[in-house]
Amino acid sequence: MLADFGFGVLAVTFIVTIYSVVTAFLGDRRGSSEMVESARRAQLLTFPLISLSAGILIYLLVTNQFDVSFVYEVTSRGMPAYLRVTAWWGGQAGSLLFWAWLLSAFTSAVTLRKWERDREFLPWVIVVSSITLAFFLSMNLFFENPFARFYQTASGVAAYTFQPAGGIPVTPQDGRGLNPLLRHPGMIIHPPMLYLGFVSFVIPFAFAIAALVTGRTDDRWTRVTRRWTLWAWTFLSLGLVLGGRWAYDVLGWGGYWGWDPVEIAAFMPWLSGTAFLHSVMIQEKRGMLKHWNMILIILTYALVIFGTFLTRSGVLSSVHAFAQSAIGPMFFAFIGLTFITSVSLLMWRWPDLKSETEMKSMLSREAFFLLNNLLFLSVLVVCFWGVIFPLISELTTGQKVTVGPPFYERANAPIFGTLMALMGIAPLSAWGKSTALTLGRALWKPTLPALLVPILAYLAGFTNWIALTGFFLVAFVIFVTLFDTYRGARARQRAQNEHFLTALGRLASRNRRRYGGYLIHISMMLMAVGILGIELFQTETQGTLAQGDSLQLSGYQVQYKEVASWDDQAAGVNYTRAVVEVYKDGKWLGELHPRIDHYFDSQQTMTIPGLRSTLQDDLYILLVDWQPVSAGGATFKIYHNPLVNWLWIGSLVFLAGMLFTSWPDRDPSPIPVRAGKHVRQPAAAD
Amino acid sequence: MQRTKFILGGLFILAAVIYLIVSSTQASAEYFMTIDEVKAEGGSVIGKSLRVSGAVVGDTIEYDPQSLTLSFDVAHVPGDNADIEAQGGLAKVLHEAVIDSTRARIKVVYTGPKPDLLRDEAQAIMTGRLGEDGVFYADELLLKCPTKYEEAVPEQVEG
Repeated sequence: MLADFGFGVLAVTFIVTIYSVVTAFLGDRRGSSEMVESARRAQLLTFPLISLSAGILIYLLVTNQFDVSFVYEVTSRGMPAYLRVTAWWGGQAGSLLFWAWLLSAFTSAVTLRKWERDREFLPWVIVVSSITLAFFLSMNLFFENPFARFYQTASGVAAYTFQPAGGIPVTPQDGRGLNPLLRHPGMIIHPPMLYLGFVSFVIPFAFAIAALVTGRTDDRWTRVTRRWTLWAWTFLSLGLVLGGRWAYDVLGWGGYWGWDPVEIAAFMPWLSGTAFLHSVMIQEKRGMLKHWNMILIILTYALVIFGTFLTRSGVLSSVHAFAQSAIGPMFFAFIGLTFITSVSLLMWRWPDLKSETEMKSMLSREAFFLLNNLLFLSVLVVCFWGVIFPLISELTTGQKVTVGPPFYERANAPIFGTLMALMGIAPLSAWGKSTALTLGRALWKPTLPALLVPILAYLAGFTNWIALTGFFLVAFVIFVTLFDTYRGARARQRAQNEHFLTALGRLASRNRRRYGGYLIHISMMLMAVGILGIELFQTETQGTLAQGDSLQLSGYQVQYKEVASWDDQAAGVNYTRAVVEVYKDGKWLGELHPRIDHYFDSQQTMTIPGLRSTLQDDLYILLVDWQPVSAGGATFKIYHNPLVNWLWIGSLVFLAGMLFTSWPDRDPSPIPVRAGKHVRQPAAAD
Repeated sequence: MQRTKFILGGLFILAAVIYLIVSSTQASAEYFMTIDEVKAEGGSVIGKSLRVSGAVVGDTIEYDPQSLTLSFDVAHVPGDNADIEAQGGLAKVLHEAVIDSTRARIKVVYTGPKPDLLRDEAQAIMTGRLGEDGVFYADELLLKCPTKYEEAVPEQVEG
């Protein structure tokens, strides 16, 4: 009963959403602010409605209503309550509803703003976001109903939205339970983070389309959506990092990123989003790259939907084993339609979006920003090629050919290297006109100490030239960034006669975007240290040990002590835990406990590493196989992952940088007004 | 003048990216083949980097924990998802592949710890090379067990 009610609420929400699309559209065409207001109210209604529907789904999940097929698929009696709540996004139908819920929340937050200086955007923002919302709701209504229930008919048991003729309701005793791999804390927050990132990008896209339709060609739309873009990008970044951390902790292959198509699907909107984040600054500061920003946000929106589609459709073979589904073609059609419509709109407005200034020098700040954009898009093209290459080769030659991780690493490494170099050079270049001489004068001071780093590394025994280049670039970016910050703070210290730290604090908080961006650049360099370490210097060994025997790896000695196995009946898990002693150069460092968890109801096994983590390196020990102590030994696989911790430290610094950048200012500094022919009302303070 | 410079710069980046993509694709292409195709091609694929998918035949799994040598036979399954769906889903296709002794089979050798998911009627996706001896030497082994997680319908039910 309750399930039917939940479905009914979704159906009503769908109708309300369609109403808001139509009314907003007609309201704008007829110039009726009442109709637009009605569309806005309808839009605001979707959030409580979807929340109600989601609340019903969560209630069904928590109270073990296994007659509902979604509840049966993702929960079981043995699961703790918090996992049953998070099982909401543990399956396809639920995660589509989760997407819709987030979108409705964000759109509501946007429609509730004041709209004083950009009221003409309102109907179009509603149209775009509500069309997106209607699409996701229709997926739930017509293809993946989270409220479908089991019925026994002549042809067997199946899930139906409505009771079939002669169907007898069926209630299974217990559910199948959430995939144990997904029961990790990282996995509980990783999908919502990614989804928050995905969904937030819909808002800047909606404003971009609104700007195109209304013909307002100033930077109003990027200014309004600046924080949305920042937060979208933050969540997407954190989602990616958390996914990596989860893989490192749970999947037991010693790594964090495998260039799996689904990972790339989440990485691609991040790439175009990163390019967008940088190039909107050029539009705001110089009135340039207007076409480019439109292209980037349209691309990002398409990639967001494409990312959701790839993870949800099973179109590509992937370790993220999601079921095949009928929603694939629908997603494809939706992406195609929205993309073609957006690009047509852009073509129509193309002549109006002329740059207000010309690019004067190849070495100017704006030229470097453009180069940064092109490089991010190059990585995107590489990734896209890798993902679709099997499909292309199959269509053209009939032979399915795939490219593995070596493809992505080989093709992307030089591009990432160039991006790092750019990250160092660009902040010291000047706007407008800049020459090699002025740039060189600014750069030589931080470059010299940066050169010391690879030299010292070489003397310390590092001979891998990729690593030496990488270390140089990391040092270069960090020194340039610190040097520029120091120079700025010194100048302010002298001018204002303040203490150095006061000057530094005031300088940074008056210019959050610049100095927050610097902090984020440094965080990226810390991550790069971790990535260089694990990618270039990871070593591994494996072997079967009798009790008391040991394995050697990179100066570490791992001695097998004992293994024990026991059942936890309540949780339905068998644990096998080995105890190993770790020594380095003869010195005892401690015990580690690699584990194998075997889940009875799903017959699934997880290999949990024993991990010793330091700033220098990680020792990552897997228990692979074992026999009872008397009969034989246990098999271990050991990875030595140098420097990998800097990847996680870097992500914490990243978060700090993002918080600093997007922190609301107490007294917003007035935004310089640039004369633009299409500005309808002069903008004062934002 | 400036314009020409920018266009040249853009063309340079474009050329560099195309070079990176083409050369990396050639260096790391893996041919996705079914076991029937591997058998039919015979000698011509020896030494090429292949990606082969098949159904694990449980009786043939052998594992030596001392040398970490794992070997098992895989039976042919269709390479196309649509074909698999048309034949009743992955679980059914894998099951039929294993019980049908007339299916093309290939022996796989892999060095490394035995994966948790390796069992009868699992789908193995292997990357590696075909040796002169007709054995597939896998460098990488991915396993999928559809039986539990893709069944949308409960097994035992009460009316």
